[in-house]
Amino acid sequence: MQERAIITVVGKDTVGIIAKVCGHLAENGINILDISQTIVQGYFNMMMIVDITSLKLPFDEFSTELSRLGSETIGVQIRCQKEAIFDAMHRI
Amino acid sequence: MITIGEVAETNAMIEKENLDVRTITMGISLLDCADSDLSQLRKKIHDKIYRCAKDLVRTGEEISRDFGIPIVNKRISVTPIALVGASACKTSADFVSIAKTLDETAKEVGVNFLGGYSALVSKGMTPADELLIRSIPEALTTTDIVCSSVNLGSTKTGIDMDAVRLMGSVIKETAELSEKRNVLNGDSKLVVFCNAPDDNPFMAGAFHGVTEGDVVLNVGVSGPGAVKAALENVRGCDFETLSETIKKTAFKVTRVGQLVAREASKRLGYPFGIVDLSLAPTPAVGDSVADILCEMGLEYAGAPGTTAALAMLNDQVKKGGLMASSYVGGLSGAFIPVSEDQGMINAANAGALTIEKLEAMTCVCSVGLDMIAIPGNTKATTISGIIADEMALGMVNQKTTACRLIPVPGKKVGDVAEFGGLLGHAPIMPVNNFDCSRFVDRRGRIPAPVHSFKN
Repeated sequence: MQERAIITVVGKDTVGIIAKVCGHLAENGINILDISQTIVQGYFNMMMIVDITSLKLPFDEFSTELSRLGSETIGVQIRCQKEAIFDAMHRI
Repeated sequence: MITIGEVAETNAMIEKENLDVRTITMGISLLDCADSDLSQLRKKIHDKIYRCAKDLVRTGEEISRDFGIPIVNKRISVTPIALVGASACKTSADFVSIAKTLDETAKEVGVNFLGGYSALVSKGMTPADELLIRSIPEALTTTDIVCSSVNLGSTKTGIDMDAVRLMGSVIKETAELSEKRNVLNGDSKLVVFCNAPDDNPFMAGAFHGVTEGDVVLNVGVSGPGAVKAALENVRGCDFETLSETIKKTAFKVTRVGQLVAREASKRLGYPFGIVDLSLAPTPAVGDSVADILCEMGLEYAGAPGTTAALAMLNDQVKKGGLMASSYVGGLSGAFIPVSEDQGMINAANAGALTIEKLEAMTCVCSVGLDMIAIPGNTKATTISGIIADEMALGMVNQKTTACRLIPVPGKKVGDVAEFGGLLGHAPIMPVNNFDCSRFVDRRGRIPAPVHSFKN
């Protein structure tokens, strides 16, 4: 069965945010299923739904790496959470 | 598919409104450790707890990272030690040695608290029960993370007034010994109950009841901040809207607890027991049950209308939560500890909240007179009297009630007692000092109430 995660990126808009995040996802064997993105008053808000079934490393490690990429390289906040928590809260 | 709005809502609840899973509590039966040799018993207790719980903290942290939800505490509850130690312990000191083993083992596996240094004496005390109760002051002042509870009554059995009287002096002695040894007031880790549940994951009252299986995982959710934030959007609306809003938020909060419980059960390989739906506050700003009551329209918790507002809040939390999890248990209601809730502290400081009003509030919510600092010179019989009143409320209303009263030596009304961490700080509250010793000093027990005879 497909296992999915939600990636959220929040921060000041700059060139190449999506490119860098997507590059990192591709390297780790992650397929993007859906992207929504808005910019509110210069702030970049993005949510991605991704398929982590073929993730090459433990999820825990991957999400830590992704947050680090956000805070150290791009300068945005990135969270990666398994989809189950949103399903539990918002779907009956 | 999940929408960006839903993701933002969940993450705002976690980041801004202090939504968290308060605890994953592993209940471990120690009945199979019983031995007439004390050192053998202690070794078996250590080995079993270590074997069952060694991965608990690591797994909790993994789940927390996977879902991005804080899991604040990982805890252990064990079979009441008065039962486990009955054949090995000949003195109170023997029981204290078990408390030390529990403390060391709990620290070895890295949990925050271990509960179950307990005795169930709702109808009477065995010699072992009495030895354990008398060992509580020593046990709680020589250990750090062991919690103790004593069940003094139930709807089915009435109230064991001999034990109530004894607990009055044990509570006082614990406070004095803590002061003498300059350690955290042991009474912050000691609670007495009427109708204690077997599967409560919250401290200080958690123990693994004898009706439970060998090892079980119980989860306690929290989220007063999330409820308050939701209510901010319905200011001035009617009671139906208010109810709906609380129910929906409680549903979402509980679903997170259910998810974490299921996941922990899968990863650790032990069955899931229950989700406890309690709204548990912390001293953090915005994580307060009293603030919800204020948001509902009260100037302070304790103002007229408080009991009605709390009754409604508690009921809607249950109605929302019950649909979110198939196995609800434990205490499941709003907690109103004074020291652990900044809104309650403010209310007590403003003079809006008294012990008598808190007593009325405990009739409609879980659990009882919780984390209330009282003057150090309060008489033991007065403490027993307050306990007896609270036990009577539980007995007659067929609900759990509890008392965690903390006499603070050397302090008087208006002073502040510091407990630190999740336990917070509390103003010393005035106690009604009119004498009750001739009542409390009577021997025996209060009979079970008429409506317990349902067979």
